[in-house]
Amino acid sequence: MSSKSLKVSAINNGTVIDHISPRKAYGVVKILRLEKYPETVTIACNVTGGKSEKKDIVKIENRVLSSEEVSSIALISPEATVNIIKNYDVIEKRKISLPEMVENIIPCTNPLCITNHENVGTKFRLEGKKPLLLRCEYCERTMDEKDVEKVLG
Amino acid sequence: MLNDIISIRDITKAEIELIHEKAREMENHVSSGTDKAQGKILATLFFEPSTRTMMSFQSAMQRLGGSVIGFSDTNSTSVKKGETLVDTVLTMEKYSDVIAIRNPLEGSARLAAEVASIPVINAGDGANQHPTQTLLDLYTMKKEFKSLDGLKIALLGDLKYGRTVHSLAYALSMYDTEIVLVSPEELSMPKDVLKHLSGRIPYEEVTRLEDVPNVDIVYATRIQKERFADPNEYERTKDTYRIDSESLKLLGDAKIMHPLPRVSEISKDVDSTPNAIYFKQAMNGIPVRMAILSMLLGVEK
Repeated sequence: MSSKSLKVSAINNGTVIDHISPRKAYGVVKILRLEKYPETVTIACNVTGGKSEKKDIVKIENRVLSSEEVSSIALISPEATVNIIKNYDVIEKRKISLPEMVENIIPCTNPLCITNHENVGTKFRLEGKKPLLLRCEYCERTMDEKDVEKVLG
Repeated sequence: MLNDIISIRDITKAEIELIHEKAREMENHVSSGTDKAQGKILATLFFEPSTRTMMSFQSAMQRLGGSVIGFSDTNSTSVKKGETLVDTVLTMEKYSDVIAIRNPLEGSARLAAEVASIPVINAGDGANQHPTQTLLDLYTMKKEFKSLDGLKIALLGDLKYGRTVHSLAYALSMYDTEIVLVSPEELSMPKDVLKHLSGRIPYEEVTRLEDVPNVDIVYATRIQKERFADPNEYERTKDTYRIDSESLKLLGDAKIMHPLPRVSEISKDVDSTPNAIYFKQAMNGIPVRMAILSMLLGVEK
């Protein structure tokens, strides 16, 4: 990529989440709880990529995502890619895939679910990938992609 | 084997059969009692009142020779002082050998089972699950017709919010049964339950009692006033599904079941007909809960 077309500067060390579905970058920020991350986070929206399709990008300096965090991104953008950067080089490309159990990432939409009343983490069993269908382990209500987007608001 | 009874979704067909087999044995001990669970204590943690379910658990435990502690009103407990569910369970498990819990919050029994080191039975978690009701419903059907396979069952009333019918439909789909869903359109069976039935067992949806085909069982449920935006609509609907000696003629020999309490869905004049089996159904709660308690306590032999 030439410097002329470089819209987002490269990072030295950290993680680049690329090919995020357009307008889903803020959801990724929320899932990764980056609002309070003290270092540089770069968010690019509706970037025109190589295949001329729009995409979002999130770059996080000096943080390597855990495999759980990587999996959780698949909830809202299954096509995203995760690159780990060291000294400006991609040292690892991680494939993202949804885990069978989605834990402590999203709240349950059911106001009467015990997880919204007691200090307990959430757990959702993956019942469908396309379309996305999650079932709360506690109240057994299901959530689809729209519900997930709503809670990530 | 079973450690807890939380949701009908966790229970396999083989486990249902085992519980029913044990319940049949327990029938011999219902009136005479037994000392199988002597020295064992059941804690009934009822965060909301339910006379029928709680007393049925208490009766079952006492018939097994065990004893019961618990509450049915949180006003006199530490819950009132703001104690969490987890803390209540962690305390009560030190005082007992098995817990039966009812709490209006959905998923509360699952959480209780996760933290407790003793077996937990879900006696109703809000609109979610009430598995012992489903197990006794199936037991009643089996007792009446020898086998669940081949039965055609109509589920009638509030199919949208009624947790008993959701669990029952789910459980019936494990057997070779057919289901007829009878409800007003605004209270029809949720899509995820229908999706589960699809491909497993045949079902059809009708809105009028007159359109119910020949069935072996009609499982009626209460239509709750608060589910309707328009009170007139409620009045109209409630009468449409009312089973009395007149509308019973439409249902032929079908056995009538109901989880109780009933309000006006089944008229009193049906009680003395050979169709009515809802009081037998309530009675079956005892051997079924005796079976479950003894199995969870490991004293079933």
